[in-house]
Amino acid sequence: MSNHSIAPDTSHGHHSAVPGDKPLVGHLVPIGLLVANGTALLLLTVVTMALHYVDLGELNIVVALAVATLKATLVGLFFMHLRWDRPFNQLIFVGSVVFVALLIAFVTLDTRQYQSTIRPGNPKMVQDVLDADAPTAPITAKKGY
Amino acid sequence: MTTLDATQGRLNIEASADNYLTHTRGVLSWILTLDHKRIGVMYLFAVLSSFFVGGVFALLVRTKLLWPDAVSWMTKEQYNQLFTLHGAVMVFLVIIPSIPAALGNFVLPIMLGAKDVAFPRLNLFSFWLWLAGAACVIASLLAGSFDTGWTFYTPYSTRTEFGGVVWVLTGVFILGFSSIFTGMNFIVTIHKLRPPGMTWFRMPLFLWAIYATALIQVLATPVLAITLSLLAIERMFHIGIFDPAMGGDPVLFQHFFWFYSHPAVYIMILPGMGIISEIIAVHSHRHIFGYRFIAFSSVAIAIFSFLVWGHHMFVSGQSSLMNTIFSAITFSVAIPSAIKVFNWLGTLYKGSISLTTPMLYGLSFLFLFTIGGLTGIHLGTLNVDIHLHDTYFVVAHFHYVMMGSALIAMIGGLHHWWPKMFGRMYSEFWGAIACGLVFVGFNVTFFTQFMLGSHGMPRRYYLYQPEYQIYHVISTLGAYTMAIGFFITAMYLIHSLFRGKLAPANPWGGRSLEWQCPSPPPHDNFPTTPRVGDCYDFSIVRWDEKEGGYIVDRTLDPELNPNAPKRSSH
Amino acid sequence: MTAIDSHATPLADPHAPAHPPGGAGHGDGHLHSKYPFLAHHFESPAQQFDSGKLGMWIFLATEVLFFGALFALYAVMRFREPQVFAFASQYLDTIMGGVNTCVLILSSLTMALGVHFAQRSKTGPLLVCLILTFLGACGFLVIKYFEYTHKFHDNLKWGPAFYMPVAGEHGAAPAPHADTKLVEVPPASGTAAPEAVVSNVPSYKTPPVDASTIKAGSLGPIGITSPSTAGEAGEGTHGAAAGHGHGDVPHLYDPDLPVDTHQFFAIYYAMTGLHGIHVVIGMGLMVWLMVGTIRNRFNSNYYTPVDLVGLYWHIVDLIWIFLFPLFYLIS
Repeated sequence: MSNHSIAPDTSHGHHSAVPGDKPLVGHLVPIGLLVANGTALLLLTVVTMALHYVDLGELNIVVALAVATLKATLVGLFFMHLRWDRPFNQLIFVGSVVFVALLIAFVTLDTRQYQSTIRPGNPKMVQDVLDADAPTAPITAKKGY
Repeated sequence: MTTLDATQGRLNIEASADNYLTHTRGVLSWILTLDHKRIGVMYLFAVLSSFFVGGVFALLVRTKLLWPDAVSWMTKEQYNQLFTLHGAVMVFLVIIPSIPAALGNFVLPIMLGAKDVAFPRLNLFSFWLWLAGAACVIASLLAGSFDTGWTFYTPYSTRTEFGGVVWVLTGVFILGFSSIFTGMNFIVTIHKLRPPGMTWFRMPLFLWAIYATALIQVLATPVLAITLSLLAIERMFHIGIFDPAMGGDPVLFQHFFWFYSHPAVYIMILPGMGIISEIIAVHSHRHIFGYRFIAFSSVAIAIFSFLVWGHHMFVSGQSSLMNTIFSAITFSVAIPSAIKVFNWLGTLYKGSISLTTPMLYGLSFLFLFTIGGLTGIHLGTLNVDIHLHDTYFVVAHFHYVMMGSALIAMIGGLHHWWPKMFGRMYSEFWGAIACGLVFVGFNVTFFTQFMLGSHGMPRRYYLYQPEYQIYHVISTLGAYTMAIGFFITAMYLIHSLFRGKLAPANPWGGRSLEWQCPSPPPHDNFPTTPRVGDCYDFSIVRWDEKEGGYIVDRTLDPELNPNAPKRSSH
Repeated sequence: MTAIDSHATPLADPHAPAHPPGGAGHGDGHLHSKYPFLAHHFESPAQQFDSGKLGMWIFLATEVLFFGALFALYAVMRFREPQVFAFASQYLDTIMGGVNTCVLILSSLTMALGVHFAQRSKTGPLLVCLILTFLGACGFLVIKYFEYTHKFHDNLKWGPAFYMPVAGEHGAAPAPHADTKLVEVPPASGTAAPEAVVSNVPSYKTPPVDASTIKAGSLGPIGITSPSTAGEAGEGTHGAAAGHGHGDVPHLYDPDLPVDTHQFFAIYYAMTGLHGIHVVIGMGLMVWLMVGTIRNRFNSNYYTPVDLVGLYWHIVDLIWIFLFPLFYLIS
């Protein structure tokens, strides 16, 4: 990409696609839509914070993550122009999330399986520090949990 | 058909004094070059230098094993450092960048008929990153080296007293980004810079392989980067993520590590498979058999590679549920790999095979990869692996795949494109001799290790029971044989640079675009973007006495010339 | 929104000649002289723009996986020890986190508007948007700075430092260099009994067999199935009332402090720290864009840098959108 500045060329405006080159590459999103999207994101933030103070038990984390996913979708679709972008760019983004999901799924599945083989209690270095620096801390009583 | 020269039926190329090597002069014109060919050549030099260093480490390790008591000048700590360094250098500095970054950088844009990769500056930057990463690895040697094995398993890597661990982790982190940027560049180049006429299923299979490789590089490497950063932080600050002394989970480290490093095995082998597809087709002068199967199997391997990482962890404390799942999925990788092998055999069948040096390496690959792949099935089988894990059987298996396949393919590709890169022919006689020595030496070295491993010799030990000594002696002698083969290779290649016969544009009878531009290529590769036909249709390639090489007669291709005489397809 | 002169581009019509035959290829051609920003190896601005965008999306995919490993780490830890997360999150300030989320969303909005103005060649509003985005990033980091310093003051740190008493309180002043010694040679560290290195191999103190004293999560598949976990989580919230935002209740002397709480802060600093580094990089990119805007480099023909930095900035926002509930909204 060169550093030259060029005079605004009004007769040849936007990079629209070359014919036969299917979608528009640079979609112009109206200001109103952007502002509406930003407002929706702020509202959802307030909503999720409010829900934080309502005790839904196990559902709290589910709701919080659902709202976060909704917000992320809004950011992706409108701020990042994914709604109008090339299908392959959309695929890349969705694909990367799928691979993260794969990693999370396999790893959590496995760690939950071997969970029971892990010895409980203060790890050695923690206990060493506690013994040396804070023998009066209540957690020291939990030595050998 | 403006790109056709009417009289010759060739791309209007004129071999002239101006090529990419002579286009500009001076050291700076190389260090700051944006030309993919020069970057590729610099990578090649860097990778081969690292290969030499890693090879010396390997020879030292084998020498110690020849007679552990007699080789008293090497302490056991030094032995541990040497096998670690051998692994780390060969994996991160040699094999991973060798084919994509060195050969791929040179060949890929030319094969596409493009002037350069999509992001030339990023390309140069990734080479600098490679240098920075290599510098960090050297710094780790000065800072006290490391003996963790190339896998950096916790808790040992967070505890070992050798001071170079954080340095080498930094180095691998940086090398990872070098690899990511190369992959990004290639994906975009293949997507956006294909010439008119080159649809996805017209691409040379090397490009499919590089594309699949780039996908893995982009998707897997970030996980390694973050894992190694966490490991370095764990070692420095004891944050308690991986180190059990602080309540961390060492098995989790292995999960993250192999989420990258298993796909990384395919970063190493896939481009090699791409080279073999080219070599086999060109030197058999026969249309590649089962093009789509080979192309799709590359992508299939790339995807499967993400689903099998747990087979490295069968005895690590991974749960039996995941052991079973990973073992089962592992077998599926055999399918696309076997598809490739059968298609290469199908290409050879009834081809008119020229036993050139690249082809000899190609045939070696077929043999060695088959052994490496089939022993992989043994190791993927859960109950067999429990016995063979961490024995020389594993060492032999992955050397058959990583060295016998990936590196042999790389050296085959080097010979295949050497005339193109430097415009000189090397000695076919010495090429055949060296290839024979490497092939025999390799099998003597590593087939013996299959036997050692199945008898129970564990890997990474500097001492062993007396009954293993005969195997170790044979294996070490094989390693020396291989070293002689590589030494001869280096000699005749260097000799060819100065004294070699000038290479024609197309010495082997290739059909893809890189054989239709001069050797060495000019700065811009092609004056105009060429149209392409079927890059495996060798019927329009003919020998030209005046040229001293083959030419691709574009007037005979009905796709490039509507007036071409009708003929039956291959 | 008129198309560029597409008939001159070879991709438009595969049967048309790419360039006049014999043309020298480098920087020539009518598009290259018309658009000085067009690099020599691209045929048209559209191809260049598309390539840049695809490259950026691939880079964003690597970013997603980069953070993805940390999210996986988080998932493993939280499944394993939910009580640690329930307890430790009381030390995070939900309001501050919420304000930071809003700041980041607003800066994302200004960035998106900036791209809009760049697409319409409106340099003035573009510059304003970039400055606002930059200020948003500054605001985010300032708030983050206050959060971090507050925690540092209370010794809510990573690793062994987490178990040091807060200086000047409860009498037990931290031994000056105990931590450093531990860091350098863990097995031979001063406070531990001078055992041989080999005897240190079991990393945990061997637990007494009395399972009834075992707290939640350490046994059983995950804490959820253990009845004591529920109570634990409840107490965590209760503890928040006392400890919320004040340094005068050191965590170390909280009787409810679960084992392995230091891991929460390890991952908290790892994830927010890495995110913070991305914010700083984003600020650098904003400055670069501002310089380009002042030099009048961007217009409707060429706004690729603005667009790509915008994508980067949105992904930084997007990651924070997940970090916020995962750390600040644990109940």
